[in-house]
Amino acid sequence: MPKVNLSHFEAALLFSLFTSIVLGVVTKRTDRERLIYGLYCFACFVAVLFGLGWLMYFGHR
Amino acid sequence: MSSKQKKEPMQPLRQWGPAVALAWFIPGGGHFLLKRYGRAGLLFASVVLMFLLGLMMRGHFLKPQSGDLLTIVIYYGGFLCNLLSGIPYLLATWLGYSQPDMAGAVHDYGTKFLVTAGLLNVLAMVDAYEIAVGKKD
Repeated sequence: MPKVNLSHFEAALLFSLFTSIVLGVVTKRTDRERLIYGLYCFACFVAVLFGLGWLMYFGHR
Repeated sequence: MSSKQKKEPMQPLRQWGPAVALAWFIPGGGHFLLKRYGRAGLLFASVVLMFLLGLMMRGHFLKPQSGDLLTIVIYYGGFLCNLLSGIPYLLATWLGYSQPDMAGAVHDYGTKFLVTAGLLNVLAMVDAYEIAVGKKD
């Protein structure tokens, strides 16, 4: 099994991607709703990722 | 009020049992059995890729461990989540994957990826159940 060394950002982005896909697939009733909800979840993950990143940056200054 | 609402009778096990069991064993398998091929493929790819990334980041399989309450919750819960990944976890264990718990962000992410793959599979199992009993399309 090859070893991968992902940065925090890459790992968190992949985590967000897979989690958003599953949340989109299992929560809504039509394909359109699933797509929109999946994109919404992914956008929320990324927004929180950047928000927490800046928070930690200023917290450590 | 929820207490005044009539409880719906439980559907017979044979109606949802095979789909839920297959959904646990093979991620997306329940949806495949219920002929939701597109969703089955997405669930399979998401759960298995997350699990494989966890392995490639050399994540640690949590094992039941006693101690204080938090330790018990984390280690028993983590073990249960790993187990809920189904065949990827069983295969990895049978093929001898054994990574010690090491310090480091990448290893830690790997452990979280492995646990989350199991949790995502639980969501897929619940969805397969709802489709099998007719609560969802």
